[in-house]
Formats: sequence, structure tokens, C-alpha cells
Amino acid sequence: MGRKLLTEHIKVEGIDTFDVYRKHGGYRSVEKALKTMTPDEVVEEVKKSGLRGRGGAGFPTGMKWSFLAKPEGVPRYLVCNADESEPGTFKDRELMTRLPHLLIEGMITSSYALGANTSYIYIRGELLYVLRILEKAIAEAYANGFLGKNILGSGYNLDLHVHPGGGAYICGEETALLESLEGKRGNPRNKPPFPAVQGLYARPTVVNNVESIAAVVPIVNDGGDEYAKIGVGRSTGTKLISACGHLNKPGIYEIELGVPVEEFIYSDEYCGGIWKGRDLKAVVAGGSSVPILPKELILKTAAGEDRLMTYESLSDGGFVTGTMLGSGGFIAMDETTCIVRNTWNFSRFYHHESCGQCSPCREGTGWLEKVLHRLEHGHGSMHDIDLIVSVAKQIEGNTICPLGEAAAWPVAAAVRHFRHEFEWHVTNPKEATAPGAVYRAAGVLA
Amino acid sequence: MEPTTAPAKPQFSPAAQAEIKRLIAHYPEDRSKSALLPILHIAQAEFGGWVSPEVQDLVAETLGLRPIEVYEVSTFYTMFNLKPVGKHVLEICRTGPCMLRGSDELTQHLERITGAKVGETSPDGNFTLKEVECLAACGFAPVVQVREKYYENLDTNEAVDGMLNEL
Ligand SMILES: NC(=O)C1=CN([C@@H]2O[C@H](COP(=O)(O)OP(=O)(O)OC[C@H]3O[C@@H](n4cnc5c(N)ncnc54)[C@H](O)[C@@H]3O)[C@@H](O)[C@H]2O)C=CC1
Ligand SMILES: Cc1cc2nc3c(=O)[nH]c(=O)nc-3n(C[C@H](O)[C@H](O)[C@H](O)COP(=O)(O)O)c2cc1C
Ligand code: SF4
Ligand code: FES
Repeated sequence: MGRKLLTEHIKVEGIDTFDVYRKHGGYRSVEKALKTMTPDEVVEEVKKSGLRGRGGAGFPTGMKWSFLAKPEGVPRYLVCNADESEPGTFKDRELMTRLPHLLIEGMITSSYALGANTSYIYIRGELLYVLRILEKAIAEAYANGFLGKNILGSGYNLDLHVHPGGGAYICGEETALLESLEGKRGNPRNKPPFPAVQGLYARPTVVNNVESIAAVVPIVNDGGDEYAKIGVGRSTGTKLISACGHLNKPGIYEIELGVPVEEFIYSDEYCGGIWKGRDLKAVVAGGSSVPILPKELILKTAAGEDRLMTYESLSDGGFVTGTMLGSGGFIAMDETTCIVRNTWNFSRFYHHESCGQCSPCREGTGWLEKVLHRLEHGHGSMHDIDLIVSVAKQIEGNTICPLGEAAAWPVAAAVRHFRHEFEWHVTNPKEATAPGAVYRAAGVLA
Repeated sequence: MEPTTAPAKPQFSPAAQAEIKRLIAHYPEDRSKSALLPILHIAQAEFGGWVSPEVQDLVAETLGLRPIEVYEVSTFYTMFNLKPVGKHVLEICRTGPCMLRGSDELTQHLERITGAKVGETSPDGNFTLKEVECLAACGFAPVVQVREKYYENLDTNEAVDGMLNEL
């Protein structure tokens, strides 16, 4: 059994209330930090922990914190990214619903470390019911002296607020999120300047994912060195994996980084294998933005080594034979899945969610959706297969934010690994459009 | 003078006004525009599940914004309905992980039961069907959101009936 640093008490009755959470050791990190540590010492522990951003980019959290500009007399902000909208990812919702105080505790300790006196949790608008859970927990934290003025007599003041979005995937991108928090359309800003220099209201701001902030709690409680002992190499600590698709036991799993992918999929401790006794066909391991891999390449690297659930192992082989850990949205597809349909579905998603600022993304995602629709519905040509690869290439590197690439890479990977299925749709248009075709594209049930 | 037939100008209820005041206080004094999205949510809940131009003007007035600043935001975000909706709005997730677990079949099933097509309201005015993108509940697919509530694992007739009975 792997250690559970975040979810150990998740099933405890009433753990969403202050009293029960506190009885199980809650808010110790706030006491420890505010009473015995300077803000810089907290930052130092986070650096030592090796924690990498759990929102998907994997940027070292301690390093980001140390980049925060600190001009005299200018407020700085901590903003928690609870937009969670990457298809396949649903861990933050679970954490906030069941353990709201863990996030709030992490926000207080982290805000102290960064010298922020006002902090925000930006939560996607669809989760208004979770916003209410958080607001209730925040009120309890105020009532118990963990928020507000002079917290625990330390002289440190903090106000914490929750802010809902309005339904827009792009608002998970940190600069779009900040625009949205300012009451505007969620159009990403050019980076640099990074939020650490010019963020919310043009003030220095740190944006961190829910899970990153929650991880600060065990890091401060037990020390960064202890945290760093878990995991493999530069992938330290535990990670929440959202497992979905054709698995026997979809759900949220807190794993120690380094668990072999094969064990994660097949062992009863985790996903319990593929549903209906079927075979695995492909996996999207880190949310819809990362390249898809066929069974052989998700279980073993091209060099034949076991693939591990770490940032490094999953990206072994680059985009030719590897993928990314991303946000940990693990989507498994059984042998009957139509890869063309799945690729079209995701390209429709990105087209729908493009904010429209950059032509390569706005137009390119539209073309990808249109041509993939054609292929999926049996009206495509062999040329179309090369066309989508070329459109994907032209989006890459030509946009303000990575949404364009997130739309492009998975298409390129799907064609790279499953070209025969795209060709099958061209050569068998009748079968491709017949009812139930979804389940025949692979030829398995043909 | 206003013609007497003009529709009454919408007004927030006292409870909504108090909530709006509480929300505006979350942001720095010169940054009350930040409260726009939270207030649009309140407005939509308060005025029948959609935000008419008049309601959006009211939001603009409340925050001291130009109306265009509200329109450009309300049209950007998918949660704000710009047309009247039925009594219950069923928002069906259509994204990959839900599709893998049967969201296409669920959509067809709901179209049959409610008599509404996606994007439309049923003739009896009871249901509006809307397809939405990933709701962050992919492990419990397929998923439908109705107002603030999530209905999950809707892959059986019983589960779907259970949801409809609860509405
Ligand atoms: N969780 C989710 O729902 C989703 C997650 N993603 C993930 O988002 C990732 C891309 O995110 P980005 O924020 O564009 O990546 P990024 O690499 O630009 O930034 C990562 C973080 O490090 C900070 N950073 C990087 N360099 C910095 C510097 N020199 N100074 C100060 N701060 C610096 C950024 O401000 C940001 O907070 C993708 O890899 C994808 O996996 C994408 C879609 C949805
Ligand atoms: C299109 C797009 C959507 C994103 N959505 C999210 C999201 O929903 N949640 C999140 O934490 N990060 C998301 N990110 C990543 C953020 O920009 C940022 O890297 C992250 O919030 C930083 O926090 P971390 O360092 O703790 O991971 C997204 C990035 C892009 C490009
Ligand atoms: S890449 Fe797409 S989503 Fe990102 S800023 Fe450009 S148009 Fe908007
Ligand atoms: S794909 Fe439907 S909730 Fe994520």
C-alpha cells in the first residue's frame, strides 16, 4: 500500500467539518509555519520537497514561489487554480468536496509563505455546489481564528475568497484565469511577464493548482526532505490520478509517483483491469492534451523498460514513443474503441474552447474538427489524413497559449500510432458509418 | 414618459442585493468589476434561468459598468443562457471520457424521453437539452448537470429515471 499524504482521512465521517478535520491533525501546518517558521523557511521546505506543479505543467513549485517579485508596499496574491476542466481530470473536485479544509489549510500556509494578505480560489462555474462547500469551510476557519486578522496571534492577516468562473476551459490557463477573475473574457495574456511579476491586477501573483496547494500541508508538517523521499528521481511525493474510461474501477487514486503503469491499470489496489474482460487498446495518460499511446507503448517504453507513473518515464521517447504525466487524467480505452471517433471528439472540444485570439488556433482547431468529422463519418480521403497532420504542425509554436498545441499534439499522435484506423475509415466508408461502427473500427468485432 | 406597456425593469430581490454587496467586498475597492461573473450567476438564478438584455443592463448598472462590458462577458462563457430556457435544463457531458461510457446513447435516450432535441426546449416547456464539455466527473460517466446538481453513472434506465423523478 502506498502512503496517502492527502487522502488518508478522506473517508472519515464529517471530515468536511472544522472540528473533525482538526481532530485528525488538521491545521497543524498553519500553527507550525506561523509560530515557528519565517515565510522564507516555508518556501525553503517546499523547494526541498521537489514538489512539481500538479496542474499539468510540472513546474517546480518552490522555484516558482522564489520567483515571486516583492516590491515594497505592493500587495501580492496567491490564486488557487480550481478550474479543473481538462477532459479526464476530476481529482480537484473530489478533494475540494470531501476535504475542503485541506485546501484552505494549504492556502493559509502558502499565503503566509508568499506574504499574500488576500487570496482567491478560482473554481469553475459548473461547481457552484463545491463553491458553497468551500465557503462554509472558510466561514468555519474564520470563526476559529485561522483566517482574518492576526491569525493565531502571529500578526499575520489573511482574507480568503472563492470566485466562480462561467464555463470556459481556457480559464484554466493561468493568465486567462486572471483576466476572468478581473471580470473579463478569458483571453490568455502573453507570457512573459509571468504572473509572478505581473499577475492579478498587475500585481505579483502565484497561481497554483488545488493539489499543489494541498501538498504544501504534508510538506510543512513533515518537512520537505521527508516528502522528497517518496517517488523516483525528480518525480517526488504522491500524485492524485483521475482514472476513467474503460476501467473496472474508475475513480481517484493517490499513488506514490513511480508505480508501474501496468500495476496501476491491472492491480486490484488501483483500477482492477479493463472492463467486460476486454483487452486494453490505448491510454491517454495525462488529460486530453497529451499524446495517446497504444497498449504496447504505455506499458513499456520503446527500449522495453517498464513504464512508470512519473514525469520522466511517461515522457521517455518524447512525442515519438512517449507522452506526459500532465494533470494525471488517465483515460483508458478498450479494444473496441474507435480512435478516429475519439480524436474527432477531442478536436471538437478544442475548437469549441479556443478563445479565438490567435488565427492558427481559431482556424486550425476548426479545420481539425471538420476534417476529422469527415473521416469519422466515412467521407474522408487518404489526403485528409496527411492534411490533419499538416494542420496540427502549423498550429504548433504559433500561438499565445498552449491550447493550440494541446489540440494539435493528440491528433498527430493518434495518426502516428493508429494510422491504419484512419485509413480503414477511408477504405470502408460504409462500415465506418453503419450503426455500431464505433465498435468495429478496430476490426476486432468486425 | 415611458409608455405604460413597457416591461417592468427587473430588480434584484433584497436577498440577492445583500449577497451582491457581500461579493463586491471580496475585491479591492477600485476592482468591483471582478464581481461580474459571480453576479451574473446570481442574476441567472434570480430571473428564470437566463440573462435577458434587460437583466444584463441591470447587472451593468449594479456594478457601474458600461453594458458592453457585460455583454462581451456573458457571450464568452457557456453557462449563461442568452435565450429563455425550459423549467429544467439538462446539461449532458459529451466529451471523450463520457462518450467512452455511453454519453451518445444517453443523449439519444433523453431526446426520446423529453421530446426535445439538443439545443432545444421540449414542447411542454419542461426540458431544455444542452450538450456541454467535460464537467470534471469523468470517472462517474456519463454525467448530466441540472442546475447545481450532478447526476452521475447514468448508464442504465433506472439511473436516468431516478434523475428525472427527482427533478
Ligand atoms: N488541470 C487541467 O485541467 C489542465 C492542465 N493543463 C496543463 O497545463 C500545462 C500548461 O500550462 P502552462 O501554465 O501554460 O505551462 P507553463 O510551463 O508556461 O507554466 C507552468 C507554471 O510555471 C510558471 N512559470 C514557468 N516559467 C516561469 C518563470 N520563468 N518565472 C515564473 N514563473 C514561471 C508559470 O507561471 C506557471 O504557473 C499543460 O502541460 C497541461 O498538462 C492543460 C489543460 C487543463
Ligand atoms: C488550456 C489550459 C488549461 C489549463 N487548465 C488548468 C486547470 O484547469 N487547472 C490547473 O490547475 N491548471 C490548468 N492549466 C495550467 C495552468 O496554466 C498553470 O500552469 C497551473 O495552474 C499552475 O499551477 P501548478 O504549478 O500548481 O500546476 C491549464 C493550462 C492550459 C494551457
Ligand atoms: S492558442 Fe487558442 S486558446 Fe490560446 S490564446 Fe490563442 S486562440 Fe486563445
Ligand atoms: S468527460 Fe464527461 S465529465 Fe469529463
